[in-house]
Amino acid sequence: MSSEALVEIRDVNFAYDSRPILKGINMTFPKGKLVAIMGLSGCGKTTILRHIGGVLNPTKGYVKVDGQVIHELDQDGLYKMRRKMGMLFQFGALFTDMTVFDNVAFQMREHTDLPEEIIRDLVMMKLHAVGLYGTQDLLPAELSGGMARRVALARTIALDPMLIMYDEPFAGLDPISLTVVGQLIRRLNDALGATSIVVTHDVQESLKIVDYIYFVSDGAIIAEGTADEIRASGEAFVHQFVYGEMDGPIPFHYPDGDFNRDLGVGV
Amino acid sequence: MAIVSSLRGIGTRVVNGVWRIGFGSRFFLMTLLYSGASFRRFHLTVKEMFSSGVMSLIIILVAGMFVGMVLGLQGYETLKRYGSESALGTLVALSLVRELGPVLAALLFASRAGSAMTAEIGLMKATEQISAMEMMAVNPIARVVAPRFWGGVISLPLLTAMFSSMGVFGGYVVGVVLIGVDEGSFWSQMQAAVDFQHDVLNGVLKSFVFGVAVTTIALFEGYDAPPTAEGVSGATTRTVVQSSLAILILDFILTAFMFRGD
Repeated sequence: MSSEALVEIRDVNFAYDSRPILKGINMTFPKGKLVAIMGLSGCGKTTILRHIGGVLNPTKGYVKVDGQVIHELDQDGLYKMRRKMGMLFQFGALFTDMTVFDNVAFQMREHTDLPEEIIRDLVMMKLHAVGLYGTQDLLPAELSGGMARRVALARTIALDPMLIMYDEPFAGLDPISLTVVGQLIRRLNDALGATSIVVTHDVQESLKIVDYIYFVSDGAIIAEGTADEIRASGEAFVHQFVYGEMDGPIPFHYPDGDFNRDLGVGV
Repeated sequence: MAIVSSLRGIGTRVVNGVWRIGFGSRFFLMTLLYSGASFRRFHLTVKEMFSSGVMSLIIILVAGMFVGMVLGLQGYETLKRYGSESALGTLVALSLVRELGPVLAALLFASRAGSAMTAEIGLMKATEQISAMEMMAVNPIARVVAPRFWGGVISLPLLTAMFSSMGVFGGYVVGVVLIGVDEGSFWSQMQAAVDFQHDVLNGVLKSFVFGVAVTTIALFEGYDAPPTAEGVSGATTRTVVQSSLAILILDFILTAFMFRGD
C-alpha cells in the first residue's frame, strides 16, 4: 500500500478501567483504498473505529486523520472532522421516527443551507445509488434488514465523505443482501474516491472486495496483507479464522474451570 | 464482615447517588446551553409539543372533568353543613387553580409523556441512533434533548390550564346542573375570590417548575439508561417514580413560599 495515508494509527493503546483493549496498534489506511479490520468479537475492532471517529481517546499513541491528530481536536474541530466522515453502524441506526427520505436528508438539512428541491434531488440520487429509489416514503420499520442497511449506507454517503467506516456491515444479512452490500461498499468507495474501513468478521465476503486486511486478536495486530496473502497465511490463528475451523489457537471450550473436577471425575 | 460489606454497600449507593445528581445537573445545564436550536428551528419544538402535549390532551381533559365533578360533590356535602353551598364555585376553582390542577396534571404528564420520552431516548441510545447522530457531527443534546425539554416545559402549563378549566366545568355540572346550586352565586363568588396574580399566576408558575422537573428527569433517565431492554424499562419506571416524588416535594416547597398559610 504505497499511496498517501488518509488515516494513520500509531502505537495506540487503550484500556477500559484497567482492562487493556488495544495494545500498541499501528495501522495505515491509504487514500482511495478499502481496508478491512478483522478479528473475533470483542477483540477491539470497533474500539479502533471509535478512536478514528474521536468517540474514544487513546491512553497512549495517536490517531491522525487527514493530517490532524484526532484526540487533540476541540469539540468544534472534531465536529468539523466528522462532517468529512461517514459511519455505517452495525444495524443501520436509522432514525425510526423519520421516513427513509428524511433519514437520508438528515445531514444535508443539518449541515447545509441547500434548498429543499436540491435536497430532494440529492436524496433521490443517493437512494438510486443503493438501489432503493422508490422507498423514500417508507418508515425504517417497513424495511427488511438488508434494505435498512442500504438506506443507512445512502445516509452515510449523503455528504460525499472522504472516509467511510463500516461497523459489521454484513451482520445478520441473507446471502443476496450480503453480496449486494459488499458490492455497494466497493463500488461506492471507487465512485466517490473515498477511503473505506470495514470492521467485520465475515471473511469470505470481505476477501472478495477489500484491498488490504488487518487481523486483530486480543487488542494487537497479528497479521496483515492483501486478500491473497491472508488466504495463504501460515499463521495458525488466521488459518483457523479464514477457514472457520472449530479448534485451533482459539479453543472450543471457555478457558476456565476444571470440568472433570466439577463432575468429580479423575480427582 | 457483614457490617463491613453492608457499610460498603451503603457507601457505594451514596457515591453513585451523588454522581448521578452531578451528571443530572450537568445534563440540565447542557440542555439549557444548547437550547438555541430549539427556538431558531421552532418546528422541532412544536413537533415535541405535539407528542408530549397534544397526545396527553385526552387523559388530561377526562381526568380534569372527573376531578372537578368529585370536588363538586364533596365540596357541596361539606359546605352544606355550614350553609355555604353558594361558595362551591370558589372552593372548586381555588382547589384546582392553586393545587390540584398543577399537581395532578403534572403527575399525569409524568406518567404519559415523561415515560414516553424516557423510553424513546433510551431506545434511540440502545439502537445507536444517538451515536449515529454524534458521528454525523450533530449534537444530540441540541437536536434531540433540548426540543423535547422545551416542548414539555411549554406544554405542561397549557395542559394544566385545560385540566383546571375542565375541572371547573365538572364542578359546575355536578354543583349547578345536577344538585341545583345557584348558578349566579357559583360564578360570581368564584370570580370574586380567585385572584389572578395570587392564585392563577402562582398555579402557572408551579406547573412551569413541575414541567422543568419532569422533563429533565425523563430526558436524563432516557439518556443515561443502559442500552438494554432491562435498562430502558428500569429507566422508565424511575422516571415515573422520581417525577412523582419531585412534583409532590416541590409542590410543598412552592406552596410554602407562595401562600404561607394566608
